[in-house]
Amino acid sequence: MPISLKNEAAIAGIGMTEFSKNSGRSELQLAAESIKAACDDAGISPSEIDGLVSYTLDSTDEIEVARAVGANDLTMFSRINYGGGAAVGTIHQAAMAIATGQATTVVCWRAMNGRSGKRMGQGVSGDVTSSDLVHWSWYMPYGMLVPGSWISMIANKYMNEYGVTREDLGRVAISQRNYALNNPRAYGYGKPLTMEEYMDSKMIASPLCLYDFCQETDGGCAILVTSAERARDLKQKPAVIRGVCQASTRGQEQMTSYYREELMSLPEMELAADLVYKQAGLGPDDIDAACLYDAFTSEIIMQLESFGFAKRGEGVDMVRDGALDIDGRLPNNTHGGLISEAYIHGMNNIAEGVRLVRGDSTGQPSKNVEHVLVSSGVGVPTGALILGQG
Amino acid sequence: MSQPARIKPPMGHDNAWWWEMAADDKLGIQRCSGCQTLRHPPRPMCGDCRSTEWDAVEASGKGTICSYTVLTHPQFPGYEYPLIIILVDLEEGTRLTSQLVGCEPEEADFGLAVEMVIQEDPDGFKLPVFKLAEAS
Ligand SMILES: [Zn+2]
Repeated sequence: MPISLKNEAAIAGIGMTEFSKNSGRSELQLAAESIKAACDDAGISPSEIDGLVSYTLDSTDEIEVARAVGANDLTMFSRINYGGGAAVGTIHQAAMAIATGQATTVVCWRAMNGRSGKRMGQGVSGDVTSSDLVHWSWYMPYGMLVPGSWISMIANKYMNEYGVTREDLGRVAISQRNYALNNPRAYGYGKPLTMEEYMDSKMIASPLCLYDFCQETDGGCAILVTSAERARDLKQKPAVIRGVCQASTRGQEQMTSYYREELMSLPEMELAADLVYKQAGLGPDDIDAACLYDAFTSEIIMQLESFGFAKRGEGVDMVRDGALDIDGRLPNNTHGGLISEAYIHGMNNIAEGVRLVRGDSTGQPSKNVEHVLVSSGVGVPTGALILGQG
Repeated sequence: MSQPARIKPPMGHDNAWWWEMAADDKLGIQRCSGCQTLRHPPRPMCGDCRSTEWDAVEASGKGTICSYTVLTHPQFPGYEYPLIIILVDLEEGTRLTSQLVGCEPEEADFGLAVEMVIQEDPDGFKLPVFKLAEAS
């Protein structure tokens, strides 16, 4: 019998640095501080850490982190590719390691000087030859060099097909900004966004304007995963991993899956939905809140369909009905998300999923939040995570 | 001082031939020798029959706009903005990413017929781009 990951592991601690535009310190230091904070949150010593997982894009080595925080001997360390597509993939690695006894205390982290150092939004350049670079070679000579240029092609096609307007994207941006208004960690803390400001903002890659884009942020975020059984005896109410998966589908490219028959859906996200719901024994009706990956506003609307909250082409109706707001059917990115809290490549969306299950988010809905769905990056190989209480 | 130029594609075994065809004023499509399937972007093995044998056919250059985006920010040296980027469904059945030239951004639309033209940069680099097809 294969081992199921359902209810085997739990997130027992979350930790982060402040989020800023200039941290003034190394990415290694941001990693170490956020990992220490996650351990403090869980009430355990960093000397118990025996597993570490991060993104291939993270600049800091596991062994540097281990020495910096004074970790235990490491029996499991791993990296996930594809930018924000790695987010819940790191939790997947941790849950597998714990369920199979490869490690007991795994920390997943992402630390980046994403504004003052290497900016993800700066995109690609033609420096090294590899299969990945040959992939980008179909775009670079034409001037498609940055994430907005890659994602706008899909957004435009989808919006044209289903009658989604710029105002609809604005509704997503404003919904998330409204959450950020009350979140002291957030870029958007105390900074309201109006529809007039949204509509008047600079067009970047049509139909996407400035406010459709995520932030660029300096900061670190760490998630501590251990067995569900052990997590129940630690300091915080555990966020139990009901299901977690990775997903990449046929015709998958990194950001430019343009050569599939139709472009108005996210096949990799549909696969992630199928896998994570099956593993958890749950469906869309069981999900009380979400942290859907939000590098761009358009991605939220498409994911509502991928995860079965709305039928094809009807995700926008949920947005117009206010379903994503605090009193709506599916409060989403209640911290402000990557768009209005910070861009820590999706790790901060996982941390918010944990807060929602604990019941202590600054955007906590008044209803009981039993299950939260978190997704990884859109337009790349991705994954999904369902967290539950107890 | 030479003018800033667009980023050149890194050339490897799997893609250089396509740019060499462009330098020869042709739009290429890779064709599997095992099952005759056309594929783009090119790959060293056919995902249908796993053959590593292939040749290239010359496309007619006729197609329609599947999707598009107009890029205005950020602006990189070597490119002219606003930049109209299009996905073209070629009449041969494959799709490629390219640029629409010779018209205003407002003229771009879904489903419009386009024709390939070879654009030559001041430094001699040749790039297959598209213009709106003449009304027939
Ligand atoms: Zn073949």
